[in-house]
Amino acid sequence: MTQTLLTLFLGLVVILGTASIVGRILGRRAQSPESSATIDNLNARIRSWWLMVAVFAVAFAFGKGVTLVLFALTSFYCLREFISLTPTRPADHAALAVAFYVFLPLQYVLIGIDWQSLFSIAIPVYAFLLLPVLAVLKHETGEFLMRTAKVQWALMLTVYCISHAPALLLLRIPGFEGGGFLLLFFLVAIVQASDVLQYIFGKLFGRHKIAPVVSPNKTWEGFVGGGATATLLGAALYWITPFSPLQAAGMALAIVLAGFCGGLVLSAVKRSLGAKDWGRMIEGHGGALDRMDSVTYAAPLFFHLTNYYFVP
Amino acid sequence: MIDHLLIGLTRFLVGGRPEWIGTKPSIRQRIYFANHGSHLDTVLLWAALPKPLRATTHPVAAADYWGKDRIRRAISIGLLNSVLVDRAGSAAGSDPLAPLEAELQRGHSLVIFPEGTRGAERLPGPFKSGLYRLATRFPDAELVPVYLGNLSRAFPRGAYLPVPISCHVRFGAPMQLEEAEGKEAFLERARGAIVALAEAQA
Repeated sequence: MTQTLLTLFLGLVVILGTASIVGRILGRRAQSPESSATIDNLNARIRSWWLMVAVFAVAFAFGKGVTLVLFALTSFYCLREFISLTPTRPADHAALAVAFYVFLPLQYVLIGIDWQSLFSIAIPVYAFLLLPVLAVLKHETGEFLMRTAKVQWALMLTVYCISHAPALLLLRIPGFEGGGFLLLFFLVAIVQASDVLQYIFGKLFGRHKIAPVVSPNKTWEGFVGGGATATLLGAALYWITPFSPLQAAGMALAIVLAGFCGGLVLSAVKRSLGAKDWGRMIEGHGGALDRMDSVTYAAPLFFHLTNYYFVP
Repeated sequence: MIDHLLIGLTRFLVGGRPEWIGTKPSIRQRIYFANHGSHLDTVLLWAALPKPLRATTHPVAAADYWGKDRIRRAISIGLLNSVLVDRAGSAAGSDPLAPLEAELQRGHSLVIFPEGTRGAERLPGPFKSGLYRLATRFPDAELVPVYLGNLSRAFPRGAYLPVPISCHVRFGAPMQLEEAEGKEAFLERARGAIVALAEAQA
């Protein structure tokens, strides 16, 4: 597995290296201020990619513990961004404290100690029931349902859903022992490739907007072109997975579709809160949740599909 | 060492990188005045100042909270360089502003919260007269409005732990007491400066 991962990361370095060089050439050639702004944004994205790949490489090199810490921190920043934009009240403070300091770490500890059954229900059952109790103790009923829903949504999307990515390490697939990191790599690679390819196809051929109100940058041309290419990439990566080429393509397609839905839904949530980006953490990318929006939908779906069909 | 730790922890939990909108950091004598929503206000504003300024800038803190036990005293006085103010002082016959004026007397800067108490709202409540008195007695000090955003959500009254919510620290353009400006008019103008910062987009 180590050999395979090394090959994969070398491949990423080659791809990003090419992207950096192309970005630099484009930057020199840019003439209008508009195109030069687009190229600047592109180059900022490429720089952030280098950083993200480096972080991933370090996490994978050090194994499960560091990978879990990395994803726990990702959840932490996403939850912080979500709650920062969501106007909560002082009466919600206890519920928020328990979400941040109990359920977030607990979710990742459960993966660490291989307790899959509790991992699956800790947030949807226990947090779901407990958090409103903490809020109701403050005797403030104004907008109670709405306030509760906000905290629940935040915790489900940013902690429960995202934690399904590293939870791939829990799955025991016969003939594929210890291959959890490769599954995780597959998921993240397809989600991100799909985002990037849809962005590129959209910039090059985009004409017909899919959802102009929610997400003005999404076009049918970008979605179909980028999604199809990402699906093909999934098929091409079948050798790192327990899937056949056809199955790998199917999984990649599921990831692409789920990721697309995640992007749309999170974008609608963001707009309903009156913001354009979730935060300003990553240069060119907005906040952490702007990067993870597709993962929130793709990770649980990929986890469960793999669990249903490949874990006896 | 401990100050780096405290700043690191603060940034991790609530962010709060300084946004210098109307002014730049300066060694001039200043009275920073801010809205007050949380005990974190003092820490966050202190962390937002560049290190050389922290040594000569004293946040004004309530003695009944920050002076209560040894740990809080160590943080407020030892680390944050605070001046503790006895909020019940004027009733007891002493002048609560005297320790503040002593710091200004020797050329140092202050951070004060003119509302005098923590509010839960986004915008500050009415100001008490302390800021006006200091502005009258120390006309050379620059009065710098500071808006602290989201702190009352991150660490509201009565809470034991702050929760991670991104906060803002925005520094506005310095102002001064105008000639023949009355107390009410001045305090309202000062409050307005903070309200304007609350609406500002960084």
